Amino acid sequence: MSILEVRDLTVTFPGGIEAVRGVSYEVERGEVLGIVGESGSGKSVTSLAVMGLLPQNAVVSGSVKLHGRELLGMKEDELVKVRGKAISMIFQDPLSAFTPVYTIGDQIAEAVRVHQKMAKDKAAKRAVELLDLVGIPNPNLRAKAFPHEFSGGMRQRAMIAMAIANDPDLLICDEPTTALDVTIQAQVLEVLKTAQRETGAGIVMITHDLGVIAGMADRVLVMYAGRPVEQGPVDDIYYRPRMPYTMGLLASIPRVDGEEGPLVPIEGNPPSPASLPPGCPFAPRCPMKVDMCDDEEPPLTPFGGGRHVACIRAHEIEHKGLTGADVFPVPVIPPSDVVRVPRTERATVLELDGMKKHYPLMKGAIFKRRVGTVFAVDGISFDIAEGETLALVGESGCGKTTTLQQIMQLEPPQDGRVVVLGKDSAKLDKTARKALRGDLQIVFQDPMAALDPRMPVGDIIAEPLRAHGRKDVAAKVAELLRLVGLAPEHAERYPQQFSGGQRQRIGIARALALEPKLLVLDEPVSALDVSIQAGVINLLEELKNRLGLSYLFVAHDLAVVRHLADRVAVMYLGRIAEIGAVANVYDRPAHPYTQALLSAIPLPDPEMERTRKRILLEGDLPSPADPPSGCRFRTRCPKFARLSEAERRRCVDEEPSVARLANVVDHGAACHYAEEIEVITASDNQEEE
Amino acid sequence: MGKYLLRRLAINVILVAIAASLAYMLAATTMNPRAAYEGRQPPVPEATIDATLDAYNLNDKTPVLTRYATWAKGVVTGDFGKTWNGGSVNQEMGRRVMVSLRLLLIGTLLGFALGVALGAFSAVKQYKLSDRLIGVTSFVIMAIPVFVLATLLAIATYNLNRGLGFTLIEYTGEYNPQLSGWDQFVNRLNHLILPTISLSLGSIAFYSRIQRNMMLDVLGQDFVRTAMAKGLRRRKALTKHALRTALIPSATYFAFAFGTMFTGATFTEKIFNWHGMGAWLVDSINQNDVNSVAAVTFFAAVCVLAAAFLSDLLVAALDPRVRVS
Repeated sequence: MSILEVRDLTVTFPGGIEAVRGVSYEVERGEVLGIVGESGSGKSVTSLAVMGLLPQNAVVSGSVKLHGRELLGMKEDELVKVRGKAISMIFQDPLSAFTPVYTIGDQIAEAVRVHQKMAKDKAAKRAVELLDLVGIPNPNLRAKAFPHEFSGGMRQRAMIAMAIANDPDLLICDEPTTALDVTIQAQVLEVLKTAQRETGAGIVMITHDLGVIAGMADRVLVMYAGRPVEQGPVDDIYYRPRMPYTMGLLASIPRVDGEEGPLVPIEGNPPSPASLPPGCPFAPRCPMKVDMCDDEEPPLTPFGGGRHVACIRAHEIEHKGLTGADVFPVPVIPPSDVVRVPRTERATVLELDGMKKHYPLMKGAIFKRRVGTVFAVDGISFDIAEGETLALVGESGCGKTTTLQQIMQLEPPQDGRVVVLGKDSAKLDKTARKALRGDLQIVFQDPMAALDPRMPVGDIIAEPLRAHGRKDVAAKVAELLRLVGLAPEHAERYPQQFSGGQRQRIGIARALALEPKLLVLDEPVSALDVSIQAGVINLLEELKNRLGLSYLFVAHDLAVVRHLADRVAVMYLGRIAEIGAVANVYDRPAHPYTQALLSAIPLPDPEMERTRKRILLEGDLPSPADPPSGCRFRTRCPKFARLSEAERRRCVDEEPSVARLANVVDHGAACHYAEEIEVITASDNQEEE
Repeated sequence: MGKYLLRRLAINVILVAIAASLAYMLAATTMNPRAAYEGRQPPVPEATIDATLDAYNLNDKTPVLTRYATWAKGVVTGDFGKTWNGGSVNQEMGRRVMVSLRLLLIGTLLGFALGVALGAFSAVKQYKLSDRLIGVTSFVIMAIPVFVLATLLAIATYNLNRGLGFTLIEYTGEYNPQLSGWDQFVNRLNHLILPTISLSLGSIAFYSRIQRNMMLDVLGQDFVRTAMAKGLRRRKALTKHALRTALIPSATYFAFAFGTMFTGATFTEKIFNWHGMGAWLVDSINQNDVNSVAAVTFFAAVCVLAAAFLSDLLVAALDPRVRVS
């Protein structure tokens, strides 16, 4: 019998906004149900409705049964006995999910004591045991720490410890790893699997990351505009999707093991829940739309083999064996003229040579004193040739953003050199610096925060033009809007009238206004939904080829990097660990950190995820104020652990610098014992062979 | 930590010295204590006036810097000098601080506690009738100056007492000196009712607005949802997790209000006829009493700096994120 049974759940918010419009699913014991959807699809609201945690002004109808007991409409007295006991929930952002003023141990003990009659000291001991179970080192000490003293990954572990404190039958995980770095994500997913083994609970896993779902879920529910549009076993959904939205979603995600070339975007935007189109809500974006689609919303109908699909053309898709790439138009991106010239003969647009940026570490609320140094960027060198994209990747805290800021400032660095378009930043005067800013522009991560909400889009784009005293601004703005796929009429509107993807296009238009030669892209697509992301990536690729731009691209998503970049530099604690052409680094990574990073990325491919061998890193990134001696990665390095005592000495004493690997032209790694291996598709089976 | 406190203390001493010196200079150069002795009937000989003023260090014929030096020397040894008519400023201050403390302590604490409770309640009931009612009432009270409010209260009580034919609520003075023991204690409490209401109404209105906003910020946060997901009742999640966190910013306001309460209630003291610090400041300015003005200012400076320190202590106690490790 299933643990949880949800039937025709609907949630309506004031103003007639139907956030969830009829969701049904059940979860068996020990089963993982994945719920996938983009932001606004109603996946989080569904799970909050199950927990009874929605704001009081939300109207919920339908049925939610736990072990056959109806939860909707239950009195608070009864409901508090279910929450945290039979059903637990893990939230997305583990920093804001803990009360900042109580210790982690107290908060876990509180969860224990709400449901079990237990003395305070016993509950505290139980909290320590739980922290130990989820792999927190020194749980005795760490239980007395406050949430802000934990790193993101540790907090999410503690969150899991709290969720499993009362041996729940069902765990609801709402984007549990979205806020984490990939290597930490891999650790946390392992902990979740352990937690499931320990408790035998069913799991509802809500995420937008199709890679995470592929590795975790047994069954998948795809949501769009508040309704499930496809449901079935994980393999069927990934290998034989029968609803155009699912097909498009799978085709639009860049893959770390994927081919280069344009991605397949889904045109348009998800509908607003306040104004749904008539008929199928996906119809306006669907390439397979026929007139009948507008007549009526197709119900989720059984399709055989435990599958349900909400599409009138599902049988046709099945019959013809169509995939996303067949159905959705693949954009054609004109090739670049520049890249025909060999790299060595092209001009260098950006050169960094041993650049350093150290921050003083200050302490004290009123009387500040210096207690140390943060080695944010500690001597990095790379160059970008004309028409080339270099991606800077690494986990949070590795110095990517500091590097960007240092380049954008055009000031002399503390040490080393920054040369932009042949001009050394240390030798610039004020006018030269301003002139150079026109050639060096930036696109920011969060498109909402980067655009002034009180300025019309036309003024936003015109601002750099006016600042540099250009004439004929209006015509140029219209041209730029067309260039990024918007209409000139849009110049009159304000940023909040645009969707996330469109806002990012506005940000790109502004960056292109001065016709720069080098564009710095700071995580340009990480705040966007998958189906929108593909369109922006294609736009960037097309602009680069058409306008002969060079990109410095900062990202933590290695799959996006593989698509967009020509070369990649992997950073770790302010140093470059590995650098080279994308194909070399991805297919034959030589640095143990790159290897771990690549193997940690989940692939949207259930078959491969099941057999894949992961290199799990231990612990968190060390503090950049106190980096380990010698090789900075050695404290977490899986290779270091396997070395002999004599070999290890070299790692401890001598800091490795980037050395070119012997057999290829463009590939270097900063490891004394670099060894190229294949990790992305490495599986257990291969190991045995 | 000890070193940090010492350094902080040293800076505070300097700040108090500057504030008090400036106040003394201002008072000594603009006020004219001689006026109180001149023009008396029968006239006092000028030599006698000079001798009296010299004895009190108030003679405007002595250069101001010399007077300042005498005054400063006294202050360093803990002597604030003489009032315009020869009384001890120290004694007067000691008495008046206690009066102010008795008058204001209950009102200040009550204002904070009720204000926070009302604000938190208001936030939980956002946009409901009770929230709107509390909001409108708060703004009405904040819009009425305290002297109007206090006078209205006094008039209302006067009419009430007259209507009843006996004194139910006292509306002037601190206590009835004819009573003793338990009766006097009850009488003192009775005298406190009106000033406490007039003082706390304003602070309740003020704190409830601040606390409502702080609480609303916190209510939408994930950790309140987490607390409920653990199985806590809504009420417990709101008080233990939300209110506790939302108290941190209000604590700063409270600390400053607490520190400045001694000199901040001039109107209340004057209207209800309590002889506290606030009333003293006004009286001593009227009487050209240089040393008393300087003493009140000195005391106020000490209070403000103590309040700043108290606020740091309170915030550190409430918020583990700012504790110095």
